[in-house]
Amino acid sequence: MAKMSLADLKALRDQKRSEMARRTSEGKIVDIIIGMGTCGIAAGAKDVLNTFVEEINSKQLEGIVIKQTGCMGLCHSEPTVEVHMAGMPDTIYGNVNSEVARKIIGDHIQGKKLVSGHVFDKPATDIK
Amino acid sequence: MGISNYVLVCGGTGCESTKSDTIYKNLMAAADKAGIGETVQIVKTGCFGLCEKGPIVKFLPDESFYVEVKPEDTDELVNEHLVKGRKVERLLYKNEKQEALHKEDDIPFYQKQKRIVLRNCGVINPEDITEYIARDGYAALEKVLFEMTPDQVVEELKTAGLRGRGGAGFPTWMKWNFTKSVPDDGGPRYVVCNADEGDPGAYMDRSTLEGDPHSIIEAMTIAGFTTGANQGFIYIRAEYPLAIDRLKIAMAQAKEYGLLGENILGSGFNFDLEIRLGAGAFVCGEETALLASIEGERGMPRPRPPFPAVKGLWQRPTVINNVETYANIPVILTKGGEWFNKIGTEKSKGTKVFALTGKINNSGLVEVPMGTTLREIIYDVGGGIPNGKAFKAVQTGGPSGGVITADYLDTPIDYDNLISLGSMMGSGGMIVMDEDDCILDVTKFYLEFSVEESCGKCSPCRIGGKKLHGILNRITKGKGKMEDLETLKKIGKAMQKASLCGLGQTTPNPVMSTMKYFADEYRAHIVDKKCPAGVCKDLVSYSIDADKCIGCTVCARKCPVNCIAGERKSPHVIDKDKCIKCGACFDACKFNAVIVG
Repeated sequence: MAKMSLADLKALRDQKRSEMARRTSEGKIVDIIIGMGTCGIAAGAKDVLNTFVEEINSKQLEGIVIKQTGCMGLCHSEPTVEVHMAGMPDTIYGNVNSEVARKIIGDHIQGKKLVSGHVFDKPATDIK
Repeated sequence: MGISNYVLVCGGTGCESTKSDTIYKNLMAAADKAGIGETVQIVKTGCFGLCEKGPIVKFLPDESFYVEVKPEDTDELVNEHLVKGRKVERLLYKNEKQEALHKEDDIPFYQKQKRIVLRNCGVINPEDITEYIARDGYAALEKVLFEMTPDQVVEELKTAGLRGRGGAGFPTWMKWNFTKSVPDDGGPRYVVCNADEGDPGAYMDRSTLEGDPHSIIEAMTIAGFTTGANQGFIYIRAEYPLAIDRLKIAMAQAKEYGLLGENILGSGFNFDLEIRLGAGAFVCGEETALLASIEGERGMPRPRPPFPAVKGLWQRPTVINNVETYANIPVILTKGGEWFNKIGTEKSKGTKVFALTGKINNSGLVEVPMGTTLREIIYDVGGGIPNGKAFKAVQTGGPSGGVITADYLDTPIDYDNLISLGSMMGSGGMIVMDEDDCILDVTKFYLEFSVEESCGKCSPCRIGGKKLHGILNRITKGKGKMEDLETLKKIGKAMQKASLCGLGQTTPNPVMSTMKYFADEYRAHIVDKKCPAGVCKDLVSYSIDADKCIGCTVCARKCPVNCIAGERKSPHVIDKDKCIKCGACFDACKFNAVIVG
């Protein structure tokens, strides 16, 4: 991407924003967002990431995007994983290890059921 | 038929003790009885916060938020809400006007938190600039470069009332204005970010830099435009490798997109950033020592005035702010100073991020509006003290701050209130202590830290800190005298008055604070030669209550130095001379026969 002008920046913002909104509502893509701050990584987030990748490959699932994000502030429950998927509420899972990651794939994404015992609420609503 | 409703029952410690498990089971039974067991999933969750309103039950996807739910409410919740689709008004969260709030987003200060600084942390991919842009990233820079003058930026910050988040709370607009107002002599000006976060237990800045690095880049560029600087430095400790990596990625992306470097967005304004690594000296969190370190000198403080705003980096006008201060800037400029000014207290505007650690169930980062009380942070957001232990104190301001006792838990937090309590905001460390913590031991810990981190430049800090620590150490070994208390006060006052920089001036704060609020603990150590918390080894002795001991031999087996003797089924005895007071026998005993005295 070349250096942007003011108009380019505005266009990119609008495009990216609607792209993110469309993805969530149309439901063709599942987002798995893993907290990968220092505290998440120290708690084992990289193992969780690897487990998700392996599980998705072995089950040959499509339409799943794995992303990293910063610390959600729920440091007592690291590693934290958020799942965005049409037909399901946006869900934050805490204390995720490899076993729980497999349950997130099997129960939540494939079975459309929450993984009990690991659900956390988001720490705050978005400012507006 | 798939699941169409989800019911979340808070399983946090507080709610668990008020019957959340029974509620969970009752809801399952009620759903089956109503014939909708197949379309509803009921799960237990981690702590929701808002513990004072527990137990909490939340319905998704419509986000109804029920509070103070009792086990006998479950049939009504299932039949009314799930079967008939009507909310149970009497259990909905109610605001101050007693209006029932139907949507989670309607609840003011939901979970007591408001995330302005941490708005993108845990939301965007910090290594993808387009995700930052989608969240109004660089919109503030756009506005500033094409619609505002430097004077207007300063005016907006003044309207907002933002005060620096590094500790002292100096008005940001004023600091920027000082640098901006230095007459132009054609020489360079600088913008510096203080990311040298060194307080024990503090990691707010690390989280911001790892989770939202572009907000800092954008804010520093705005600071450069406002003050006439074309070069910025981010001074960050080498101990933050992930934050450094993400900053580098973010800077490279910003340059590639034309948001950093020459002719930003075609505006003609040039601004560039460099990272400078600090070696972890605490004193380099002090602005003049930090600037000396960037220049390649030893990190030692300089006398002020002249202040860095006028003569800073390489003797040039320099604006220097903390990470968290910068993180507020883009939001203030996109939403406006008036919006920010409405948050917080009369003199402390906006939010504050705390690293809540210590004896707390939900340790983590907490961002709350100024004016939130300590009780709300510790018991609602933090979920209270583990294992039902009693709260003793909370330390704010790190090794420069002081303790706040249970008597003051309802104090609204802002800069001025914390100072009047003998503590300070600091950068946001908040360490909770319970009944098992010895106040003198904690104070000694902070003193050890400050003594270790003194740069040694001035005598009051170099010598005074060591003397304070020596006296406190003597007291915790049972060799203190009542006159020591007066000596501690005198040394502390001298350090506060005569030290060259904030490190030495604030080193005595934990001592002065704990002497004021925990005089009884000092007296116990000095007069009674006892440590009430059982921490100071020289003052603690372990013995076994022969009446309670059944001779199960567990303590003898656990003892690492074999100083417990006794036959099976006979009372055991501890050899006090050999005992190293590690507490293993106390922890192991199931019959409470081990006495700590």
